[in-house]
Amino acid sequence: MIELEGLTKRYGEKVAVDHLTFSVRPGVVTGFLGPNGAGKSTTMRLLLGLDRPTAGDIRIDGRHYDQLRDPLNYIGALLEAKSVHGGRSAYNHLLCLAQSNGIPERRVPEVLDMVGLTAVAKKRPKGFSLGMGQRLGIAQALLGDPRIVMFDEPVNGLDPEGIHWVRTLMQQLAAEGRTVFVSSHLMSEMSLTAEHLVVIGQGKLMADTSMAAFIHENSRTYVRLRTPEPERLRNVLHTAGIPAVAVSDGSLEVENVAAARLGELAAEHRIVLHELSPQQASLEEAFMQLTAGSVEYHAHTTAEGPEARRGGQGWGQGWQEGR
Amino acid sequence: MAHTTRVLQSEWTKVRSVRSTLWTLFAAFIVTVGLSALICAFTNSGYDDFSAEEKATFDPTFISFAGMTLGQLAMIAFGVLVVANEYSTGMIRSSLSAVPQRGTFMACKLLVATALVLVVGMLTSFITFFVGQALLGDLGTSLGEPGVTRAVIGGGLYMTLITLFAMGVSFVLRSPLLAFGILMPFFFLISNILGSVSATRNVGHYLPDQAGSMIMSVVEGGMEGGDRPYGPWGGLLIMVGWVIAALIAGYLVLKKRDA
Amino acid sequence: MIEAYGLTKRYGAKTAVYNLSFQVRPGAVTGFLGPNGSGKSTTMRMILGLDEPTSGQVTVGGYNFRNLPNAPRQVGALLDAKAVHSGRNARNHLLSLAQLSGIPARRVDEVLGVVGLQEVGSKRSKGFSLGMGQRLGIAAALLGDPQVLLFDEPVNGLDPEGILWVRNLMKRLASEGRTVFVSSHLMSEMAQTADHLIVIGRGQMMADTSVDNFIAQNSVGFARVRTPDGEPEQREKLGAALAAAGGQVQPEEDGALRVTGVPLPQISDLAHGADVRLWELSPHQASLEEAYMRMTQGAVDYRSTADQRTGLQTPAGPPAGYGAPGGAPPYGAPGGAGYPPQQPQPQGQPQPQQYAPPQGWQAPPAQAAAPTTTAAPTPEDHR
Repeated sequence: MIELEGLTKRYGEKVAVDHLTFSVRPGVVTGFLGPNGAGKSTTMRLLLGLDRPTAGDIRIDGRHYDQLRDPLNYIGALLEAKSVHGGRSAYNHLLCLAQSNGIPERRVPEVLDMVGLTAVAKKRPKGFSLGMGQRLGIAQALLGDPRIVMFDEPVNGLDPEGIHWVRTLMQQLAAEGRTVFVSSHLMSEMSLTAEHLVVIGQGKLMADTSMAAFIHENSRTYVRLRTPEPERLRNVLHTAGIPAVAVSDGSLEVENVAAARLGELAAEHRIVLHELSPQQASLEEAFMQLTAGSVEYHAHTTAEGPEARRGGQGWGQGWQEGR
Repeated sequence: MAHTTRVLQSEWTKVRSVRSTLWTLFAAFIVTVGLSALICAFTNSGYDDFSAEEKATFDPTFISFAGMTLGQLAMIAFGVLVVANEYSTGMIRSSLSAVPQRGTFMACKLLVATALVLVVGMLTSFITFFVGQALLGDLGTSLGEPGVTRAVIGGGLYMTLITLFAMGVSFVLRSPLLAFGILMPFFFLISNILGSVSATRNVGHYLPDQAGSMIMSVVEGGMEGGDRPYGPWGGLLIMVGWVIAALIAGYLVLKKRDA
Repeated sequence: MIEAYGLTKRYGAKTAVYNLSFQVRPGAVTGFLGPNGSGKSTTMRMILGLDEPTSGQVTVGGYNFRNLPNAPRQVGALLDAKAVHSGRNARNHLLSLAQLSGIPARRVDEVLGVVGLQEVGSKRSKGFSLGMGQRLGIAAALLGDPQVLLFDEPVNGLDPEGILWVRNLMKRLASEGRTVFVSSHLMSEMAQTADHLIVIGRGQMMADTSVDNFIAQNSVGFARVRTPDGEPEQREKLGAALAAAGGQVQPEEDGALRVTGVPLPQISDLAHGADVRLWELSPHQASLEEAYMRMTQGAVDYRSTADQRTGLQTPAGPPAGYGAPGGAPPYGAPGGAGYPPQQPQPQGQPQPQQYAPPQGWQAPPAQAAAPTTTAAPTPEDHR
């Protein structure tokens, strides 16, 4: 269990984290989302006692981080920023951390095996790829077999097999009753992994809710209908006062009406349905909806820009023609 | 207590598992002994050309530590690497999340490094003394002479203190580049210049290395710059003062600043 | 257009790429997939003339890259975001690249605007985050307004807004008739971006096909069917009818049925025949990830012997009980012994019924519906 109360961090003028209050509960994977610069990494650093909060309070299982004796046994973290000495072998890196927290040495080869780095245990991380560094970081987080794990962008640099493995690992850790707190920019990945979401924007809490509720509240849901008799179906719907929109692929979309009711309606009028599927927007859409306006670096939406269409070939055409 | 033991063990693993760090200690030993031997050999062969005054203040003990001016730079490098590389590699984030008690973390790191440097420093000091005396031949002295044993043990202490000073400064600066950029020219050039130029000599005498190296001199006036307002132990005490100041500054930075 | 013929690259005894022949066509986003160490980067490097093939050849627009007239105007590439000199500011970095290939300076500000870095153009890239570095790399690739674009893991480090932007950018570049070749490990991202796929494993071609085809061939979809709640007899009737028609029916947690082996229209007809009302009838296509994992099973470089599905033991409390190893696919030593002739471990294989051979109905919905719309008027009827 992680509890934050009124957590605030200022760097000079800039407020990185602004009165954050939420808690991360055990037994579920909690996703931590926000645009770049929203304060996610700062929050994670504050959680680990690396930065000192300007105001507010964080408790790990009821205690402050620096009150934890052997903290690796309570909370294990994978930080996005590099946190390994490139000249010290993976084995020795984990060993020195294990020793500082009274973790037996036999645990080191165990976690190395778990993340698939046994073959390079004696190698120095200087030569590791992004994905290998990530695996070492995960091994470090698991070292103390902690009740709380925190991952910052865990799938960065991993290949599909590695991504699949991390996802399963996190769900497993949560199923074992641990607290799993994970930040990621990959919405599609998050929607497969997390059950609960904490969303922040410009340092402020924007949502603290379940995945399903988040998507429901922040996006359009509708039912897609497909039938060999679209005209009849439209008539039936029209009579029932239900507006339906025809989509280019031949299906109909109906908003704000339960699929069950549409099914009953179709059965009543003996209309054959080839599809009757409730559609939900993706987490990405919901996230975009919520955080629009709190994004730091905006790329131009060049597609629709006036100069973009010049010459029908897109930007860059201008100066090429002018040559 | 058990907690401190673990952190000490952890810091020992850290020191011994990075090759570049261990190389600096080896370099400190080789450079000090090698250069001292060379200077002693030259001194032995050129002694006859020395002026009367030079002969009067000739200090066979001190001259066998001549290589330390360069050897201490390797010791400083060790101190900087042990501390500042934690920051430059990002290891500090792992270290402090494992040991959030920053005071304990710093104390254990210093203790492990000090113990190691003390052993290497003493070994270097004794060997460079014996090698130097052997090469000085008839000009040489022995541990039995008054003040000589103090000077040789002092040589080991000096190397240890200069490393501790570098570690304290590195905790303040938190960057190996910055620490090297300040410490190396300071101890290699600036301190020597300040100590030799008459206008700044009185200030220069109180710099850590100038004051501390007094412990290695046996014959009065044998050191460059002549009279000093303190004796060998007084000089070492001044150096200890510098080290304590650097370490306190380092502790305050570690305690107050975000990692 | 990128064309490779019998492309092979050996590093000493290790064969990184073997006999690859493919075409990357303009007007589409082509995804380039493969496990770590499968030869993707080597192939990209050979396309860009950074590595010389041991045998075979690869051409861009019909030319060998090294003979390509005015290459920066023809080909843009994002290979490694860190390849930027970190002491130089973003604008000067691009300016120096532009000057090398005679591109006017105002184009630099144009591309900085395109990638959203105009405000930090004068900052040194040393202070850049991974995402900003990535944007700068993309800006460099776009600088010469090239017809052929290569991107290696373009969304690495980008935030959701950036990811969406890159996805749209690539699609737009393709729609302008350019050749867009993208490698990525993020299957869900690829599924949304790419039209065509080239999959390699152990340096050899495994698939060169459209995304839809690839998923259809390497996985199986299913239908989710719900009958009215509180009327279990309806559900049983439908289940029996589906089983009789040769379908496999599994109950889902929420009371719906998961049906494989019967196309959607037929499920609808069967429901009609059995007088069962449907509350839901949704097609579920397997994900690209699932299809990809199935295809590359045997081609992953090194594989752990531990069961991937087992993980940590349930611990008694924080200090007690260290978990048992739950295996991840391990890494081999870089530059190690090459590919051992290793069979995939049986534990790593998916359950057979989970990845049954493709059944009839899971073609893309648009096509599945079309042939069955017998009642709908067709243009011919009006003639």
